Amino acid sequence: MATLAFSRPATTAPRAIERATGESEVIRWTLTATALAFLALTLVLPLVLVFHGALAKGFAAYLAAIREPDALSAARLTLLIASIAVPVNLVFGVAAAWCISKFEFRGKYLLITLIDLPFAVSPVISGMIFVLLFGMHGWFGSWLFDHDIKIIFAVPGIVLATTFVTAPFIARELIPLMQEQGTEEEQAAIVLGAGGWQTFWRITLPNIKWGLLYGLILCNARAMGEFGAVSVVSGHIRGETNTLPLHVEILYNEYAFAASFAVASILTLLALVTLALKTLVEWRQRRSAAERADTDDSLERIAA
Amino acid sequence: MSIQVRNLRKTFGDFVALDDVSLEVPGGELVALLGPSGSGKTTLLRIIAGLEAADQGTIHFHGEDATTQPVRERQVGFVFQHYALFRHMSVFENIAFGLRVRPRPVRPSEAEIRDTVMGLLKLVQLDVLANRRPSELSGGQRQRVALARALAVKPKVLLLDEPFGALDAKVRKELRRWLRRLHEEVHVTSVFVTHDQEEALEVSDRVVIMNEGRVEQSGTPEEVYEGPATPFVCGFLGDVNLFHGRISHGRVHIGDNELDAPEWSDAPDQAGVAYVRTYDVEVTPSPTGGASLEAVVRHSRAFGPVVRLELELVQDGATVEAHVPRGRADSLRIAKGQRVFLSPTNLRVYPRGASPS
Repeated sequence: MATLAFSRPATTAPRAIERATGESEVIRWTLTATALAFLALTLVLPLVLVFHGALAKGFAAYLAAIREPDALSAARLTLLIASIAVPVNLVFGVAAAWCISKFEFRGKYLLITLIDLPFAVSPVISGMIFVLLFGMHGWFGSWLFDHDIKIIFAVPGIVLATTFVTAPFIARELIPLMQEQGTEEEQAAIVLGAGGWQTFWRITLPNIKWGLLYGLILCNARAMGEFGAVSVVSGHIRGETNTLPLHVEILYNEYAFAASFAVASILTLLALVTLALKTLVEWRQRRSAAERADTDDSLERIAA
Repeated sequence: MSIQVRNLRKTFGDFVALDDVSLEVPGGELVALLGPSGSGKTTLLRIIAGLEAADQGTIHFHGEDATTQPVRERQVGFVFQHYALFRHMSVFENIAFGLRVRPRPVRPSEAEIRDTVMGLLKLVQLDVLANRRPSELSGGQRQRVALARALAVKPKVLLLDEPFGALDAKVRKELRRWLRRLHEEVHVTSVFVTHDQEEALEVSDRVVIMNEGRVEQSGTPEEVYEGPATPFVCGFLGDVNLFHGRISHGRVHIGDNELDAPEWSDAPDQAGVAYVRTYDVEVTPSPTGGASLEAVVRHSRAFGPVVRLELELVQDGATVEAHVPRGRADSLRIAKGQRVFLSPTNLRVYPRGASPS
């Protein structure tokens, strides 16, 4: 009965509504053309140019630029940074979202604001904060020097800066999702005798898995692509503290355009893969959200 | 397993949700906590479950103090108003959950879990839907899954929070009857919260009526319906009319009319209110010997065995509702605008001070 009632307007109504509320032909085409032109100019053209520039000196030169030791070391460092920053933020993000969405406590809104802080400040300033803290003339600088611990102009500094800049991604993704889901399922699990961990692994985590994955993808993309903060703390030491984005800049500044674009193309490919994954996850998320909406207001299909 | 609630008090900030509530639920009974929203009934249920902690007072299960026992050790079954089914699990896994999370030494084997779950699915008449997701079920089916899930852990007590609140009227009625039968079958001590008086009176062995964090009255459905202890209970159970007047020496004066109120024979002259059920208002075409109030018919709705009349009293313009059997209404030939006379019977009279309004 429900399907019958809904299917009829669904086939006839949209066109009628479109005619009644739509704009004239000219306006529609102008708007569409403007939007497409803008997209082509700002998104598609640069993308094409990256690959065009990368292959400007032929495929052999492209491969050579990628295989060059400094480029490989930059790629390794980028992967290392992401493999530390992303898991750290995974734990932090899930814990923060869990605590914000499932509990009431004093200072909750302060915590939410703090989580947004890395988004609010410029990445360069984020990097400077760490230099001020751990640099030679920073707060902990002399203590670190005495104990022979290097943070700034070394890998730990890059990890710290990247972790800081990418901290909000997972938490921000999860908080609204978990708030919307509420705590009833967790309460039901606890009443049934489940412990805290069991509840988390069996109830909370499966319910947020698509949102979590989405957050992870965004976090990873940013961790690999971060330039500003890393640029400040890295010191640009070739083969040591150069990440891929920094390496691209160095090559470019040395007028090695083809090589620079070749390395940039790796990052671009990474971005494209990220986008594809993101779209896939979004699609799955929408599907599970639709399922959820269905749970909430489905009509009585079979009388009890 | 009986439940004893003693002197519970619970506040949320300045709001007093429960004010010195004591309650006894005999083992094996089905008890309804009935009250308007904000009366504290859900808070009381959640405190019994252990989902909320009381500020003062104790909870005993079968004489054993459970006040500080953690929720997961209380062995209660809880059914949520919005089901709270685990959306990513099948119906089968939902029901099996409580058994699967047990510590290894006391966890039943896979075969035992299967038997228990399938048995429960048969009990709630959903055995063909074991592999469905909750999203593929209707509201009534979901609530039955929730009930089976709560029963799977063999709870000492079963607590239901507005179990039929989110369902439409027809399914509600069927599930109500079904819950009654189920309770006769499994006989677990059950407490359910509802704001629907009809539901409470129809399903439960005993009704506890709550208002503003206090227990107003408790007793069997017949006891509370026939002998409401307070004006609130009287006003809350069934459709009633309220007449304002004065009580003096065994009589109650409403307008120019006097009616007997023998229970107040010793009371001095004071303001009072009289509650009259809609079907206890007799409608006649001309004044009768006793008290009768002149009124004008404003609306009449005829469906089912009674005609529902909305009348306006001539003396003070107050609205009175009267349910008249259809045959009687037909013989009176009631029409809009017609003048009739009302004689209220079975009055329940309370001094004004005791009235909630």
